[in-house]
Amino acid sequence: MKVSITVNGKLYVRDIEPRMLLVNFIREELGLTGTNVGCDTSQCGACTVHMDGRAIKSCTCFAVQADGRQVTTIEGMASGDTLHPMQEAFWEKHGLQCGFCTPGMIMATTAYLKDHPNPTEAEIRHALDGNFCRCTGYQNIVAAVKTAAEKVGA
Amino acid sequence: MASRIFGSGIKRREDPRLITGKGKFTGDIMLPHMLHMVVVRSPYAHATIKHIDVTAAAAVEGVVAVYTNADMTLANIPCAWLIPNSNLKLVPHPPLAKEKVRYVGDGVAIVLAESRDIAQDAADLVRVDYEALTAVVNPEEASMDGAPLLHVEAPNNIAFRWIASSGDAGVEKAFAEADVVVKERIVQQRLQPSSMETRAAVAQWDSGNEEMTLWVSSQNPHIARFVVSGVAGLPEHKLRVIAPEVGGGFGAKLPIYPDEVLTVWAARKLDRPVKWVESRSENYTVTTHGRDHIEYVEIAATKEGKVTALRGKVYAGMGGYLSTAAPGIPTIAHGLMYSGVYTIPNLRCESIGVFTTTTPVDAYRGAGRPEATFLVERLMDKLADKLGMDPVVLRRKNLIPPFANGYTVAMGITYDSGNYEGALAKALGIADYDQLRKEQAEARTKGRYIGIGVTTYAELCGFGPSAVAGATGFQGGLWESAIVRVSPVGKVQVLIGASPHGQGEETTFAQIISDELGFPVKDIDVIHGDTSRTPMGWGTYGSRTTAVGGAALVLAARKIKEKARAMAAHLLEAAVEDIDYDDGKFFVKGSPDKFKTIQDATLMATLAWNLPPGMEPGMEASQFYDPPNFTYPFGAHIAVVEIDPDTGKVDLKRYIAVDDCGPQINPVIVKGQVHGGLAQGIGQALCEGAVYDDNGQLLTGAMTDYAIPRADMFPQFEIDHTVTPSPHHPIGVKGIGEAGTIASTPTIYNAVIDALKPFGIESINMPLTAPRVWAAIQEARANHAIGGR
Repeated sequence: MKVSITVNGKLYVRDIEPRMLLVNFIREELGLTGTNVGCDTSQCGACTVHMDGRAIKSCTCFAVQADGRQVTTIEGMASGDTLHPMQEAFWEKHGLQCGFCTPGMIMATTAYLKDHPNPTEAEIRHALDGNFCRCTGYQNIVAAVKTAAEKVGA
Repeated sequence: MASRIFGSGIKRREDPRLITGKGKFTGDIMLPHMLHMVVVRSPYAHATIKHIDVTAAAAVEGVVAVYTNADMTLANIPCAWLIPNSNLKLVPHPPLAKEKVRYVGDGVAIVLAESRDIAQDAADLVRVDYEALTAVVNPEEASMDGAPLLHVEAPNNIAFRWIASSGDAGVEKAFAEADVVVKERIVQQRLQPSSMETRAAVAQWDSGNEEMTLWVSSQNPHIARFVVSGVAGLPEHKLRVIAPEVGGGFGAKLPIYPDEVLTVWAARKLDRPVKWVESRSENYTVTTHGRDHIEYVEIAATKEGKVTALRGKVYAGMGGYLSTAAPGIPTIAHGLMYSGVYTIPNLRCESIGVFTTTTPVDAYRGAGRPEATFLVERLMDKLADKLGMDPVVLRRKNLIPPFANGYTVAMGITYDSGNYEGALAKALGIADYDQLRKEQAEARTKGRYIGIGVTTYAELCGFGPSAVAGATGFQGGLWESAIVRVSPVGKVQVLIGASPHGQGEETTFAQIISDELGFPVKDIDVIHGDTSRTPMGWGTYGSRTTAVGGAALVLAARKIKEKARAMAAHLLEAAVEDIDYDDGKFFVKGSPDKFKTIQDATLMATLAWNLPPGMEPGMEASQFYDPPNFTYPFGAHIAVVEIDPDTGKVDLKRYIAVDDCGPQINPVIVKGQVHGGLAQGIGQALCEGAVYDDNGQLLTGAMTDYAIPRADMFPQFEIDHTVTPSPHHPIGVKGIGEAGTIASTPTIYNAVIDALKPFGIESINMPLTAPRVWAAIQEARANHAIGGR
């Protein structure tokens, strides 16, 4: 099937198998390997990307469903050398260790902050329900999201 | 130095690539002409293989080859911890099952195809005719007469029987004469390590040079090279193993598995690159699990609360085969720690390793020591309850007094340094323990169930002297190595044998070098995880990377410093003994204005136009370091929980952790390690557990079913520390990777049981989920008609 998908602002036209998942399109067709697969069953959130500005789990979305849409991956978050405030906050607050869940965390939390610009700690923790991290115990991820919210809000 | 880089919480240097998606994990590697491998796995826990028909699979378009055990002559996957005096049964573990499968997930065939989807489609067409045999999943039951037998070599499925004792006569006497004896049956449930990145391997064969490159998600690429070369029959110097970014390991990426061996074998056989990436359900059925003990433990004490003896009998599930380090975990890494932080004169551990038709068990964060700490701390609390004594008071009656240079416990091992009362006092202060007890008493009068758990612990870390490795049957050394190389323009390349995978040593090791030699951190590059670039190392586990590898690095840096000093003395036309050093500068004593920097000395040593007599050109140092002892980090943790008696839900209100890992190189990273460790230990206490049905099917085979802790389970952890240097380490550091996991499980457990004291509940099997706690409350109410309402 032929699809036209805009990823990080660039239009890609590809002929793909209908069963191809969006995450495989991103990783294998486009070579953007920052988006990871952690569970295959949409629990862990490592594959989170933005589609038309909303966070989705790209392991549970066929590439054909993204036809004609705008997808943003972790590779599209920084503007040149300037990190997105959420990337900056994860770095500053030691919000990552092995870094495998991190792209999905950053994509999920940036989308969350758009709708919830001033979350409480409890709200952030609840919002992270769809993203697993096995290294950090989440404390510094929560701190990073709080910091990013303050930066963006300021 | 104006502000010392050692001890500073600088931002991690690993992070820029990881927060931008540029970090390369094994699964990200794509090579031209690459094939994809899928392993066909047994759906039965225990079965005889009658026949395998690969015809249909091989006929699928895009399939290049399908192989079974009959097509290969590979050696068995070895077990590498051959614990002595235990009648250890080394059973064969072929990379693909031959006549029998012994757990769900045991590999029976591999499919190589042009894409992963094609390989998976074809794998579903491999027809295996199995004759099902009876499964057995409980290690205690598996050791009984009449249980289904996994391996003919191991009667009663017993893999080993190991005993450590301070003296059986003394132990017997202490129990016979005790005023009080308290017993407990503990189920250390099986855990699924669940690194966010599953395992993966990519192998590339260079047939012209007969060289193999293996990228593998591993905690120990040098051990992988050692074992894979042996099993696959490749000369070790022709095998390069690279562990690129590794997305967590927690012990489960320490073993050597059939999958990477098969990837290497297929790449050579087909002369094409081969990639294998584990799915999550494969990860849960194939990648090693942790814990899985059934323990019968007891403690003896005087009526005043002086503990006189502790002993345990452990049935440790091994799974279907002996994984790489499996026998050492419920024995050496467990039984030797039965003293905890207490002066217990009589100790005994009997550990029985048992084969079951389940996923093999190996190291999982803490490996053996969390189980030891749990049973000691559980028994201390139960004893306190029996004596009607506050659990803190009981602990204080038995704590080993502060020591700076060695304390030998009854099991015969010598802790390096400790100040257990110091950590305990600090934790109690942060928690405001006395006030907490008052609030708890008051809450009880109002029908609220608050519990307080206190743990004091020490862990055996920094594995360890190689002589101990040899004496305990570990088939490897436990030293580490480092090379420090200063380039002519003053940039530093550090090559280490250890293989960090999230712990941040690219940052902390640069801090060590910066502190020792005065180079700015930005000029220091730390390279690891590539057997062709780095010197030999034994891997990252057992909280050993900084404790052992860090020591090698410090000593290598000091060699550089001494050479630079000699070079600087020569340039300053002074005697070496007249040269002082401060912050990267060498100068004649009393004349700090006329100096040579370490960069000056490096340039001149590299140009070698005018060297002092006898000096070799260049500025490079290599250091191998074998520690004289383990390190023994320690601490005190306190948890406050509240239980909803109507639902059984445990609400973790507060968690205080005071840990002592010696001086902290980067306190932000140390805290991060503690946070992560706590989450995993609390996960064991409250939600995690592998569940098998009676047929040996893993019911928790996906993240839909295995309860990984989520962010909203935890309060803000309250973290603090004390500093007691290790006397034998060049900079005193001890290691922190496992502390949080080791201490937190008993802390939470004891807090929950404390909360349930009004119901008379003494034990509930972990994980302490709401249904289990609720059921225990219901049962207690039915039995005793207490607890009100």
